[in-house]
Formats: sequence, C-alpha cells, structure tokens
Amino acid sequence: MPQAPTAPVQHPEVHEIRGADGACTVELTGAWDIRALEARARNLQLRLSEAARAGVRWDLSRVQRMDHIGALLIWRAWARRRPTQLAFAPGIEVFFDKFDAPGVGAQAQSAADMLALVRMLGARMLRGLDHAAGMVQLLGQVLIDSMALLRRPARGPWREISANLYRVGAQAMGVTALVGMLIGIVLSYLSSEQLKAVGANALIVNILGIGIIRELGPVITAVLVAGRSGSSITAQLGVMRVTEELDALSVMGIPHTVRLILPKIIALAIALPLLILWTSGIALVGGSIAASHELGISMHSFLSSLPVAVPTINLWLGLGKGVVFGALIALTACHYGLRVQPNTESLGIGTTNSVVTSITVVIIADAIFAVMFADVGISLQ
Amino acid sequence: MTPIIEVEGLWTQFGDHVVHKDLNLTVQAGEVVSLVGGSGSGKTTLMRQMLGLEQPARGSVRVFGIPLHDSDSGTLKKIRKRWGVLFQGGALYSALSVYDNIALPLRELRAFDDDFVHDMVMLKLDMVDIERSHAHKMPSDLSGGMVKRIALARALALEPELIFLDEPTAGLDPDRSESFVKLIQSLRHKLNLTVIIVTHDLDTLVSLSDKIAVLADQRVIVYGSLQEAITVKHPFVINFFLGERGLRALSAVGESIKLNQT
Ligand SMILES: Nc1ncnc2c1ncn2[C@@H]1O[C@H](COP(=O)(O)OP(=O)(O)OP(=O)(O)O)[C@@H](O)[C@H]1O
Ligand SMILES: [Mg+2]
Repeated sequence: MPQAPTAPVQHPEVHEIRGADGACTVELTGAWDIRALEARARNLQLRLSEAARAGVRWDLSRVQRMDHIGALLIWRAWARRRPTQLAFAPGIEVFFDKFDAPGVGAQAQSAADMLALVRMLGARMLRGLDHAAGMVQLLGQVLIDSMALLRRPARGPWREISANLYRVGAQAMGVTALVGMLIGIVLSYLSSEQLKAVGANALIVNILGIGIIRELGPVITAVLVAGRSGSSITAQLGVMRVTEELDALSVMGIPHTVRLILPKIIALAIALPLLILWTSGIALVGGSIAASHELGISMHSFLSSLPVAVPTINLWLGLGKGVVFGALIALTACHYGLRVQPNTESLGIGTTNSVVTSITVVIIADAIFAVMFADVGISLQ
Repeated sequence: MTPIIEVEGLWTQFGDHVVHKDLNLTVQAGEVVSLVGGSGSGKTTLMRQMLGLEQPARGSVRVFGIPLHDSDSGTLKKIRKRWGVLFQGGALYSALSVYDNIALPLRELRAFDDDFVHDMVMLKLDMVDIERSHAHKMPSDLSGGMVKRIALARALALEPELIFLDEPTAGLDPDRSESFVKLIQSLRHKLNLTVIIVTHDLDTLVSLSDKIAVLADQRVIVYGSLQEAITVKHPFVINFFLGERGLRALSAVGESIKLNQT
C-alpha cells in the first residue's frame, strides 16, 4: 500500500486549482479508503461531481491510501471513463484496473408493473388452490403408502407414533387444563347472571353441557393443539428440508410419508379426542364450581343431572370432531412443513401459515359438522 | 509496530476436553499465516477465538492491539468492520439473494447510495469470478464452490485489513483454487492485507503462506516458514508434508527445500 511513512494520514479532500493558463486541475489528497470515507462519502460524492467537468486534469498523486470503495467513488464521478489527463500516485492505479472491463455499472432497470395488484391477487388465489390440491395429494400419498403397512404391521412406525402421542398429547395436558378450567368458570358465571334474571337456574347444566361438550371443548382444544403442535411439526419438517435431511431419507429409500407424516397424523387423531375429553371434563368441573357459587347448584346435583340434560350422542360427536380435527391439523402442518424452501425465512413464513391455516381449517370443519348434525342431540327434553 | 493478532497463553476447553493448552501465536501486519493440523486439532476453534466468538478458559486474544474479551461493544464493533471472515460452510444468509448477501455489510454502513452499492457488488462478483447473472440467485440454488466464492466476496465487501479464511479452497476445482490463490496474492499486495488461512490444501498452503503454524498436541508445535515447518520431527508434520502428496506439492512449486536436512 502506498503510504508515506512520515506524513500522518489525512482526511480525503477535493481541491480545485486553477492554473495560470486557465486550465483547471482537480487534486485529490488524503486517504480514500473505506475507513476515511465511511462518514464522508455523501459529501465527497457531491464535491466530486461538482468538480468533474469535461477537460479538467485529475491529479491523484497525493492520495495517501486507496481501496476499491474509494476508487469506485472517483470512477463514478468520472462518468465511468478514464479522464484523458490523469496522474496517479504509485500503486493506486491497480484499483482502477477492474473498472476498465466493460460492464461495471450497467444496471437493468425493471419497468414499473401496472398490473401488480391484480397479478398479486391472482397469484394468491392460485397459491391457495395449489395448497389445497397439495394437501389432498399428500393425504392420498399417505394412504397409499400406509396400505403397504397393513400387510406388514410389524414394520409400522409404532415407536414414532408413541413418541408423537406423548409429545402432542400428554405434554399438552397442562395448558389445555388451565384454559379449559378458565373457560368453564367464565362461561358458567356469565350464563348464571342471565339465568338468574329469568329464574331458569336449572338450565345452566344444559347450557354448559351442550356448549362445552359439543362445541367449545373440541374447538378450543383443537386451536390450542394447532398452535402448539402444528407449529412444531411444520418447523421440524421445515428444518429437515433446510438441512437436507429429507433428501437423505429419500435417497435411503425411506418414504417420509410413512416415517414422518403418518405417525403424526395417527398420533394427533388419537391424542386430540383424548385431550378434548380431558379439557371438556375440566371445563365442566370449572363450570360447576362457578355454578355452585353463583346459583347454589351443588357440584353433585350438577354432575348427576348432566347425563339427563345432555344426550350421550353429543359426547361422541365431540370425540368424532377430535379425530377429524387432529388429522386435519397434522395434515396441514406436514403439508406446510414439506413446502418450506431451503432457507430460514421461508421456514418462518411456513410456520405462520401453517398455524393460521390449520386453525381456519378446524373452524371450517366445525361449521360443516354443525350443519351436518344440526338435528342430532340438541332437542330439549 | 503492534502485531495484528496476539494470542497469549490461550486455553480452550469444552467440558473436560482441552482443545488448546497454553497456546501462543503472533501475526504481524501483511503476513499470510496458514494454520494446519489434523482434523479436530482445533483450527476452527482457534479461529473462532480470534474472532471473539468463543470465550477462552484462560489467556488473552488481542486483535489490532485491542483485547477481544474485555472491550466494550463500541470498540468491538470497530474491529469487526476491519476484518472479513470466510466460514468453513460459507454461512451465506439463506433468506437473502447473492446480491443482498454481498450488499448487506455495505448497506449497513449507511454511507453509500443504492447505485454505488450495486456497482460495488458487481465489482466484488467480478473479483471472485462469479458471473453477474448469478447475482439474483438464492444461496440454496448455488453449487458448493460458488457458495465459497460468494462468501469470499462478502468477506471482502468492506475492504478488510485482516481476513480469516477457513478451508477456502475445499470444494473448488483446481482451476478455481489457482485463481483463488492469485486473488489473495493480488489483494495482499494492493491492500497490505493480513491473512489467516485454515487449510488442508497443500498447494494453496505452499503457494500463499509466509508462515505456517502447525497445531498439534493442543498447541502450536512450530511457527515459521515452510522450510522451518518441515524440518520438525513430529508425526503430523512428517505425514502431512513429507508424505507422498506433500512431497509432490512441495516439488511442484519448485521450492528449493532441502528435505534431507532433517
Ligand atoms: N462447541 C463445541 N463443543 C464441544 N466440543 C467442541 C465444540 N467445538 C469444537 N469442539 C471440539 O474441539 C475440537 C476441535 O474442533 P475444530 O472444529 O476446531 O477442529 P478443526 O481443527 O477445525 O478440524 P477440521 O479440520 O476437521 O475442520 C474437536 O474435537 C471438536 O469436537
Ligand atoms: Mg474446521
């Protein structure tokens, strides 16, 4: 690096000197490297472009330091062409070598897209359809691959299923119990206030029983599980895609549908109904506590009148929803996990989309259930 | 003149596993130093120590004369603008395109406008021999060797004074290794660059390094010129330099090295 050993390094500067013959010389001095330019680049850029007129002499012989950043700054002021009259300090010229090659600075400007909004809308819709098709395809693939298992059940992914059951089921019991309890109490308290006003205290059992066992229990548990396990399934599969583990599985001839996806679907389809049972039970306990407090209905009479007030079919309906919701959540989460691109940002987007979609899917499925079973198990006795 | 890097009495330990035991190393400005050693001898770990990514159990590391492990974050930030690092796996940001990966450190300075950054990125791509048409690809769509070269371009983005290269030529074809060596050589002459290279590639080692530090037995067993390094009687040195491949590399560069001096 050309560096005068004695002179201290000075700030980069642009001097315009008018000679006796009227010719103008632009002299650059000081250090033109990134350390010095960092704070001054914009200023110097302005000074340079002011100084750069056709026909001026450029004198760079008192430049103390140079690097590619400094050289580029000057090069741009020269309008990407070497001026005819030019003097370099020793060792500085090399930084300009690369620029003389054609092409530096040729920037392709993309034309403004007038139809961007329409295009985006269309792309979104197509993507949505694509996801739906992808999920159906995935389900089909899982079913086909698991047919082979029916013939050889010993080869089934039983260990994975049990590990998943523990993770999505047993480990979720704490949070679902807490939420269930609170919902039961709040719902019971609010309804009690209304029922007290019309003197229909006994109906609290019907309201809580039907409401929780048939609707709230399944939906709330499913939403919790979608947030908790759906996101983790997507993230796990997504990371496996990023780290090429999925590719490693396929080249070993292990279909990931059987090893990774099927166990998750089965585990969630088993665990979710059980969790619903647990959450609804706790919510009813919470509800009966609040009812005994507000309306003076003892817990014993609350529980004993429950089977009369709520036809058993509601319980089966709730459990059936659990099986369907569980499978849907697992399928959605796996689908998004497999769609993750091998980069970290796509992983984040995939996980978010997975949770949002699986909650939406659960609620849509719940609405379909509500329509299909509209006249089952809710007639007042 | 203060040395660029000073490692003194460094101990590194993971659990009971001691990687470095009382290790010393000093690198002067403008030197190209190669770290060699068997797999698992702690080369990458030593580099991470010099970068301040790992905390030593004992000892000190100074870079540009500034102690890494008890400086405030403002000082460290200044150091970090003055060095460039090429990680063993490239470590390109997977969510950013090639262009944005290289532009990131430049944009972070907030001193240059977009046009300038664009020109700079293109220049860096030229320097590492990557065609400009690859600028908008994502890192996952690149070959292993391209990842290496783009990571190098990113490491060079801020015109560093000191550059760390972990296995820079692993995964490059011989032609590219050769142009890599040329690039580093030209840069060090232009910019008075100090270079720390971790490598197993004998050709790169022989043609680039001023000094070689051999890591074995948890310390630097020899630190000196190639000539000095190969005269040490240590099983690693004998296998590495004086094995068949080693001899071939040494003779290929035509070093007048007296092997029978040992
Ligand atoms: N975070 C860590 N935790 C525990 N042990 C570690 C950690 N990082 C490194 N090691 C150990 O330290 C030793 C040195 O590792 P290092 O990565 O520095 O080796 P290396 O010399 O770079 O090898 P290679 O040439 O294979 O890259 C190894 O035994 C490794 O297992
Ligand atoms: Mg290593």
